[in-house]
Amino acid sequence: MQDFNYIIDVRNIHKSYKDKVVLDNINLSVKKGEFVTILGPSGCGKTTLLRLIAGFLPATSGQIFIGGKEITGIPPYKRPVNTVFQKYALFPHLNVYDNIAFGLKLKKLPRKEIDRKVARVLKMVSMTDYEYRSVDSLSGGQQQRVAIARAIVNEPEVLLLDEPLSALDLKMRQDMQMELKELHKNLKITFLYVTHDQEEALTLSDTVVVMSEGVIQQTGTPMDVYNEPANSFVADFIGASNILNAEMIEDELVRFANHDFKCVDKGFGEHTPVDVVLRPEDIVVFENPSNGMLCGKIQSVVFKGVHYELTVLTEDGYELLVHDYNCFNVGATVGLAVKPFDIHVMKKERVCNTFEGKLIDSSHVEFLGHEFECKEVEGIEAGERVKVEVDFGDVELLDNEGMIEGEVKYILYKCDRYHLTVLTDWDENIYVDTQDVWDDGDKVGISIMPEHIRVIHL
Amino acid sequence: MKKRQFGRFGVQKNWTIPYAVFLLVFVITPLILIAIYAFTDADGQFSLANFQKFIHHGETVNTFVYSIGIALITTLVCLIIGYPVAWILSQNIFSSTSVIVMLFILPMWINTLIRTLATVALFDFLQLPLGEGALIFGLVYNFLPFMIYPIYNVLNKTDHSLTEAAQDLGACPLKVFTRVTLPLSMPGVTSGILMVFMPTVSTFAIAELLTLNNIKLLGTTVQENINNGMWNYGAAISLVMLLLIGVSSLFTDDKSGEEGGLL
Repeated sequence: MQDFNYIIDVRNIHKSYKDKVVLDNINLSVKKGEFVTILGPSGCGKTTLLRLIAGFLPATSGQIFIGGKEITGIPPYKRPVNTVFQKYALFPHLNVYDNIAFGLKLKKLPRKEIDRKVARVLKMVSMTDYEYRSVDSLSGGQQQRVAIARAIVNEPEVLLLDEPLSALDLKMRQDMQMELKELHKNLKITFLYVTHDQEEALTLSDTVVVMSEGVIQQTGTPMDVYNEPANSFVADFIGASNILNAEMIEDELVRFANHDFKCVDKGFGEHTPVDVVLRPEDIVVFENPSNGMLCGKIQSVVFKGVHYELTVLTEDGYELLVHDYNCFNVGATVGLAVKPFDIHVMKKERVCNTFEGKLIDSSHVEFLGHEFECKEVEGIEAGERVKVEVDFGDVELLDNEGMIEGEVKYILYKCDRYHLTVLTDWDENIYVDTQDVWDDGDKVGISIMPEHIRVIHL
Repeated sequence: MKKRQFGRFGVQKNWTIPYAVFLLVFVITPLILIAIYAFTDADGQFSLANFQKFIHHGETVNTFVYSIGIALITTLVCLIIGYPVAWILSQNIFSSTSVIVMLFILPMWINTLIRTLATVALFDFLQLPLGEGALIFGLVYNFLPFMIYPIYNVLNKTDHSLTEAAQDLGACPLKVFTRVTLPLSMPGVTSGILMVFMPTVSTFAIAELLTLNNIKLLGTTVQENINNGMWNYGAAISLVMLLLIGVSSLFTDDKSGEEGGLL
């Protein structure tokens, strides 16, 4: 029943602490010898997933297979995996040799073989001659090498790495990335790597798994997730991007920023609301405004080394991020163009807020744990369950108390507005489009006018 | 530049004067006095007679050996009871670990004598005989917190990822304990041993009360001699005891010092 092509097979894994869901129905299959990175912001559940695979945490439900064998209930010391920990977790009472030999000694291998294996991995991580040094006397990078050596000396089928480079400085991190990649090539074992650094993920992996809020958002090659992000979260999290609301007019024709553009995407239907992603490096700048499809004024220019980062405000009020090798003057009017191939169209996850609610009487409806006034409802009995719709732009956010309260969880800039995810006290998300600037974590009051509430018969 | 540094150092040096005076009056001077009394006779003449008397006086030597024996047994019992307690507390199995740690420390808020008298009353109530057993019980009861706390402190500070790393490398729970947890907690164990052993060697009030003065410890001997005006002999025995404690703490100096396992 299990597929032997997959060395790691995670099926329908759920993990929750009390009421809080940390992992929600995770399915992940990793091929033998692959370098897979789990990428996501802090608190997205990526480390929890790794710890479930390592066996340090029990899953609430679901199954994990390694090498075709179910290991869901097996304690960590019997699993064919080894972990490189975030803060190395080297044993301070043992020297480098004893740290690395720890696992081999437990397996009761002959002394000679242990010596040989330790020497071999030390050479692999270029730490020969450090055998008898105390681990406290090593630098961060050296400790990291010992931690990696300690894990790979056991020849695990899968090596789990929990943000192993996050404690190192940038230069060292980049060097270690290259070494890890080299190591992966030589060892031919499966690496499962957890990081919040999108650049690291793109550099190292064969496959990137993007996670957010306990859900896998997209799985694909680094090129896939960069060029074809599955949704606005992935597009926003990986690389810089311009994300805009758009309308798919027909196949290969999309309208955004008040202009029609040719594109290569098909099958979204006619007049469908979609999201469009434009990578800043894909937008071409013309000094002569009439050469472009859009016309805009340069707001700021920042030198970034290889390129300049420009922000351009179009005539219709859309602010676009553009990368260009040439320097432009602030205030100059320029033309912007983008090739059809570089316009990436994504299906919208939702086009308006929908809630389940209950009709109280003909002009009151209850949802999000609050009784809202609404327009006169006809044809629905009081007390019946109903569907309630509210457009993103019709939700008002207030500094002081509103009808209900919430906390800003996630902000997405859509070039002419902010799209906020606000977690209400009712523990349900409400999505809001606004021109106002809010910060992550802001406590807000939420209020909705009666005429903006649409009550629909279930 | 150099001058300023000297100046600042000078100020810091001034701050230490009260402490230096305190140490001089309450630590150094008494120690010197003990040494002077130990090496002189009743007339104030230099003499080694007190030490000769100690060595040749069979009863005192017996008491000396017996005291050490009692102290070792007490320390061992404290360790056997205290280590598991400290370990369990450090696992945060209970939702209110700090309250339980508090409960173990709480008896220390009550005067030792009062606690010991209460122990006597307890033994009377249960109609258990006072004597050697009661003595060891009383000592363990009194000094157990001094064993638990340093061990708990070290275990609690130990990075949990180290035990996870050990499991990850294939160590079953028993091996995790013997190869990682135990060696890492040794600084706490050594300071616990010191903090129990040192006061039990020299205790006398607990011994007096819990054995109805039937069993003498070295502390009792010192107290008796000094009460009877034999200051020089008493000082000599104190000095021997001091050296013993000094030597025992040397064994543990290297590790506990840097890890900060002491209270």
